[in-house]
Amino acid sequence: MQKYSIFNLVKNAFSNHENWDLAWKDPTPKEQYDVVIIGGGGHGLATAYYLAKEHNITNVAIIEKGWIGGGNVGRNTTIIRSNYMHDENGLFSEFGMDLWRKMSQDLNYNVMFSPRGIINLAHSDAQMNAYARRGNSMRLNGIDAVLLNREQVKEIIPMADFSENVRFPIFGGLMQPSAGTARHDAVAWGYARQADSMGVDIIQNCEVTGFDVVAGKIKGIRTSRGNIKAKKVGICVAGSTNILAEKLNMTLPIETHLLQACVSEPVKPVLDNVVTFGAGHFYVSQSDKGEMVMGGDLDGYNSYAQRGNLPTLQHVLTEGIAMMPFLSKLKMLRTWGGIMDMSMDGSPIIDKTHIEGLYLNCGWCYGGFKATPASGWTFAHTIAQDRVHELNAGYSLNRFSTGNLIDEKGLGTKTWIS
Amino acid sequence: MLYINCPHCGMRSQNEFSYGGDATVKRPVLNKEVSDQEWDDFVYNRKSLRGKHLELWQHISGCRQWIKVERDTATHEIFRTFKADEEVA
Repeated sequence: MQKYSIFNLVKNAFSNHENWDLAWKDPTPKEQYDVVIIGGGGHGLATAYYLAKEHNITNVAIIEKGWIGGGNVGRNTTIIRSNYMHDENGLFSEFGMDLWRKMSQDLNYNVMFSPRGIINLAHSDAQMNAYARRGNSMRLNGIDAVLLNREQVKEIIPMADFSENVRFPIFGGLMQPSAGTARHDAVAWGYARQADSMGVDIIQNCEVTGFDVVAGKIKGIRTSRGNIKAKKVGICVAGSTNILAEKLNMTLPIETHLLQACVSEPVKPVLDNVVTFGAGHFYVSQSDKGEMVMGGDLDGYNSYAQRGNLPTLQHVLTEGIAMMPFLSKLKMLRTWGGIMDMSMDGSPIIDKTHIEGLYLNCGWCYGGFKATPASGWTFAHTIAQDRVHELNAGYSLNRFSTGNLIDEKGLGTKTWIS
Repeated sequence: MLYINCPHCGMRSQNEFSYGGDATVKRPVLNKEVSDQEWDDFVYNRKSLRGKHLELWQHISGCRQWIKVERDTATHEIFRTFKADEEVA
């Protein structure tokens, strides 16, 4: 594999950049693999990369129905954070933050990780108390957290509405300074390029149509490009989890929902943090191109549409304008939607299943992108060692029947009762 | 925008309704021992498939009745609507 460096950039300039290697190949599926990962999104690509890098398992295929980076890894709002209260989420996400900090060097690919900080706004005394508690829990887990009062918030984001007569006045906020954003496509491409260079087959335009399970053990998968034998299979398909589960006669604590995001026209730099509205569900950051990147609630009903509906967008942007009135002056450039695997407690599942050799990674709800490296790392460990790592032990599939739910304010499928 | 034909009020826009999830889920009968698995299936486990989906909606800004809606989860096309106690063939 050609290293991406200033030296190679200059060298290739002399041949008009026509002689670069392909970043990843387009192989035909082999008959058999040690591990097949279904789903070529961020999590699937990261899993394959860490299988090869950490566990030396390179006879691996990634089976992708569409194309690399075409699903949620290219549809999210690129926010990276670990501002969780509970140990399961906090320790897992903070482990991921370390991987994010090293990612560009590790992958030899500029993922443009920008630790610009995230501020969750508080709009009441009760919310300030809750944020103080969450911030303390975070600091006990080694995660940076700063509780800001109204004046401190005003200094950082003076464009927010600090006038006297607002419905939801800003009391303060909780900031995680090390949180931030990254270029989402680059994350997918960087993992794909490295996984490919270590021998992983990335097979695109190949849909999984069934599974071969014999005596409770996985033997292989059936695809639109023929049958593939596999010793182990990992499912990592986000919004298509329910569809594959049905082929396995499994019913999961997952519902498939639609989440929208949108960007405004590009404007001069105005916002250098990620900011969330505390009296509803709205968040905003500014991309390097200058677009305001915004998102919020689910559309609210089961959906596979990958495109949004206007009432939800209107609702979300109303909250945005309440928080930062200047947003009302901006024209909307693009809106889009992705289909989310919403778990019932708002936290994910990375676990073995009742079928030997079959592993499940799903339930990422609103927060799949930031989890990409930690999810790949722990899922690779779970598959390679056939046991969960302590970091994903809390993300078990049976926690719903045993009552060990994670009581984070992650918001599962039932947004209408939140 | 979805338009939902409320069996009590007629065609209304989505903004008047609130979603209530899968309408085919059955609460376990309580006059017998109910296993953890049965509770699990009732409370948490959902099929949530692509295609036709029978679901509950509440006409919260209208007649406030719960209704059943048969809708396609991929195209959002609404085929039929029913009163909450109506049997769906």
